[in-house]
Order: sequence, then C-alpha cells, then structure tokens
Amino acid sequence: MTDAAYSSPMGKVDSPFSRLMSGTTGPVIVVVAVIVAVWYIAAALLNAPAQRDAFQRAGQTDVTLAEFVVATYAQERPVLPAPHQVAAEIWATTAEKAITSKRSLIYHSGITLSSTLLGFVLGTALGIGLAILVVHSRVLDKSLMPWVISSQTIPILAIAPMIIVVLNAINVTGLWPKALISTYLSFFPVTVGMVKGLRSPEIIQLDLMKTYSASGFQTLLMLRLPSAMPYLFASMKVAVAASLVGAIVGELPTGAVAGLGARLLSGSYYGQTVQIWSALIVAAVLAASLVTIVSIAERVVLRRMGMAR
Amino acid sequence: MLNEQGPQKARSVIDIRGLSLTFETNDGPVHALSNVDLDIREGEFVSFIGPSGCGKTTLLRVIADLEKPTGGEITVNGVTPEEARLARAYGYVFQSSALYPWRTIADNVALPLEIMGLSASERKERIARNLDLVNLGGFERKYPWQLSGGMQQRASIARALAVEPHLLLMDEPFGALDEIVRDHLNEQLLKLWAKTDKTVVFVTHSIPEAVFLSTKIVVLFPRPGRIYDVIESDLPRDRTLDIRETPEFLKIAHRVREGLRAGHSYEDS
Repeated sequence: MTDAAYSSPMGKVDSPFSRLMSGTTGPVIVVVAVIVAVWYIAAALLNAPAQRDAFQRAGQTDVTLAEFVVATYAQERPVLPAPHQVAAEIWATTAEKAITSKRSLIYHSGITLSSTLLGFVLGTALGIGLAILVVHSRVLDKSLMPWVISSQTIPILAIAPMIIVVLNAINVTGLWPKALISTYLSFFPVTVGMVKGLRSPEIIQLDLMKTYSASGFQTLLMLRLPSAMPYLFASMKVAVAASLVGAIVGELPTGAVAGLGARLLSGSYYGQTVQIWSALIVAAVLAASLVTIVSIAERVVLRRMGMAR
Repeated sequence: MLNEQGPQKARSVIDIRGLSLTFETNDGPVHALSNVDLDIREGEFVSFIGPSGCGKTTLLRVIADLEKPTGGEITVNGVTPEEARLARAYGYVFQSSALYPWRTIADNVALPLEIMGLSASERKERIARNLDLVNLGGFERKYPWQLSGGMQQRASIARALAVEPHLLLMDEPFGALDEIVRDHLNEQLLKLWAKTDKTVVFVTHSIPEAVFLSTKIVVLFPRPGRIYDVIESDLPRDRTLDIRETPEFLKIAHRVREGLRAGHSYEDS
C-alpha cells in the first residue's frame, strides 16, 4: 500500500523540466524566449519588402528562404532590427567605447540619469510636501488637488518644449530644465500616494495622539509619516519610472545634444533604427534598475521599521 | 488611606450634571446621552455597563474630550475636559491596543513620553517600571505582532500608565479577549489599582467583570442614553476571583442584571 503510494500511479516523476518550471526561473526563461522568438519573426516579416527590393535590384533571383531570412537580419537600416543587431550595437557603444566618448551609451545614460535622479528627488519632495498640506487643510484639499490632477492631463510632449523655452529665456539651461520636467511627472504619483498614506492611520490611533494632547506636528512625525511609508514606496516606484520618461522627453526639444533622448532623436534623423532600439533597450534597463533600487530600499526600510514580516 | 476615608470624603474627580450629547445625522438627531448626572471620586473604580448603543463609550469619550457634549456641565479634576486633556490628566485604554506596528513594545510605551518631552533616562525608567507592572518585562524589543492579543492589551495599559495619570479611562479593554485571559487581566488590573490608588473609569458589557472590578457600577439605558441605576458595591477592595461565588457578589450581579433587563423591556415596549 505504502509502496504503491510512493511509486506514484499518476506517473508524476520529478523531471528536471518540471522542477525548473515549478520555480520562478523556468517561467521567466520561457517568457523571455517567447518575446525573442516573436521579435525575430516580426523582424523577418517587417524587413522582407525592403530585402526583396534589394535582391531584385542586385538581380539575384535564386535565393533560398534561409538565405533571405538571414539577410533580413543583417540590414543596415532595418524597419525592425533583430535582437542580436541591437545587442551588438549596445555592446559596441558601451563596453567598446570610452565612457567619455560622445558615442558611448553609458555617457548618454549618465546624462539622462543625472536629470532623472534630480527630478525624482525634487518630485518626491514636492509630492510629500503637497500631500502634507492637502491632508492638513480642507481648503487646500479642495483648491489644490484639482490642479494637481489636471496638471497630469496635459500631454508631457506638449508642455516639455514650453518649459524648456521658458526656462531658457530666464537663462536656466542644461540639467535643470530636464530635471524640472521629470519633477513635473514624478510629483503626481507621490502626492496621490502620500495623501492616501497620511490618511491611513486608524481613528483609534489618531484619538490616541489626541489623548496625549500631541501637536499636529508630533502626530505627523510619529503617526502619519510612519503609517504612510508603504504608500510612499509604492508611489516612488511609479515616480522614478516617470522621472526617466520625463528626462528623455526633456532631451528631445533641446536639439539632441546629449542623453538617451538625444540618441533617440539623432537616430530618427538619420534613420538609424539600430541606434534607436539600443537606446530604447538601455532606457528600459535603466528604468527597471531604478525601480529595483527603490524596491530594495523599500524592503530594507520596512524591515527596519518592523513592518515587513 | 482612602479606605479609611471612605468614598464620601474623597475629592471629586469627575463631576457631571445634566449632560447631554446629540449627534446630528442624515436620519435626524441621535440622542447619545440625555441628562446624565454622575459624581466620581478619587480612588473609585467605576464601571459603565449597558447594552450597545446606551452611550457608555460616548460618556467615557466625553470625559476624555474625544467628544464634545451638546448640553450640561462636566468637570474633570475641577476643569473642563479639554483643559484636563491638555494637562494630560488621564490615561486612555482603547478597545483594541492601538499599538503602532512600526514601534517595538518599549517604543510604544515611550510614545506618550516622547510627546511629553521627557528625557531619555526618565523614559527608560518609566518603560521598565510600567512594563514590569503589567508583567511584560523582557518583551521590550518585540514588535506588537509578535505578541498575543492579551499581551498587546497589557502593553497598551502600560503605555497609559507610563503617563502616570491619576485617572485611568478604559473602554472595554478586554472585550476582544477570551474569558480565561480576561479573568487573569481583571485580577492583574485590580492589583494594579490597589497598588497605585488611581481612579478608574471602566466601560464593559460583562456583568461579572463590572461587579468583580468596581466600587461603583453605573447601569445605562439606550435611546436616549441615560443612567438607570448607580450601585455602590460594598465588596472588600482586595478581592480575588473566588469572590464571584459569594452571595454578596451574586446579589450585586443580580441587581445589575435586573437593571439591564429593565432596559431591554423598555426597548421592547
């Protein structure tokens, strides 16, 4: 009886594959593989018309399907570059270039990162400040919040050049205009998250502070802010990604001097799709890294506060 | 000292005359309290008992200045409840422990002391003393979620005691606990009261708890909330749980139950 149970009549044997898929590593690998496969198929299909023309012009008519597909992955200006073309371009513009070079993606990432971080810090501070005001004043709640919300309904692409132009007129150039666009995008999630977070203490916890005749400032410091920490980190994750978008968008109207946005712009000027895609991938990796850093900070802070179990 | 003096000679701590409180709601006014008269003297252990909706918690919250009365007069320590609250005249224990989850047990007890601006050494001394008083010595560095419900409530009592108030207001502090834990905490609370000679106002819906703990039991009626009966208990101040089997105890419990039943029949009519 027990033997039969052990030998598992369902034939459920722990194969290496099922063990891999039961964790998180397996599914992650599968998803990446599917994305890469779809990308390759799409690249072949999208680049096919141009490749057909190219072969026709060259008078080559006896190409096999395999040769044709390989050729679609080796165009200089493909509609959609293949993953390995992008990977090679990223390698060439990071590892094989000096960081100070104008063609180094690390150099451009650094430029974008600095205004992202400055904008993120300013945006987070502004968001927390606004949330504190809104939570403590009904008047400000009614008068300020509609503006906070409507500020985000304006397309950033429309307002970014205005901010650059206005700030240029008062001689603010370089890092700051871009950082302010990041601020513009990142303060919003922090404001909304922190308003909710600062209001999250239970009535009983607020009553407790009242019985101690605690001042509003003491209640803020000892109750509202600690209660709001999980909300702050959740909104900071959104804000840091929005900051990066803001910095890249802010680089577009400056005339493509430096930064990932400038790489995107110059790539589109010259039809360098491989350059565009490598800048996009680097931007995505940068955003993912920033969100991960905020997540790690979240875990450390909440654990030290005794709130992560 | 107070035992020899008797309750009549002790100083009045809470004096309530013709107090009423009406909440304005969308469904019209709700008379939470109507024409309440009550005198609580120093060293007394007073219980408010009654069915839910009788205003016993509201009355306690008025004393604590967490609600404003709409009529009548009330003084706490001879001043208005607000002045008493600002002077930190009382410690308040809520229905749930309301411990801050990001603070350790010691830091939770330290919370009111930080607000009061006490020095670090004074805080340390009071934390140790009051945690010992509720038998929580050794749990200083634990977080609230690492403690049982009974221990959390004891920690919240230590936090209220750390303010060193002469008046302790307790709103069904053991309501959420099982009976064994509740009995144990009742006994501890009584010892604590005997040791410190504080005035305690205690809200409960348990008859045995009210009779076991109190020197005075106030029975309230609902809709509008008002006082039906005030029972002075002549049970000795140093009691043990065994007293609950004695005829004297059962007599008082019977009178409380009669009062509560009258409240219910009034409801039904």
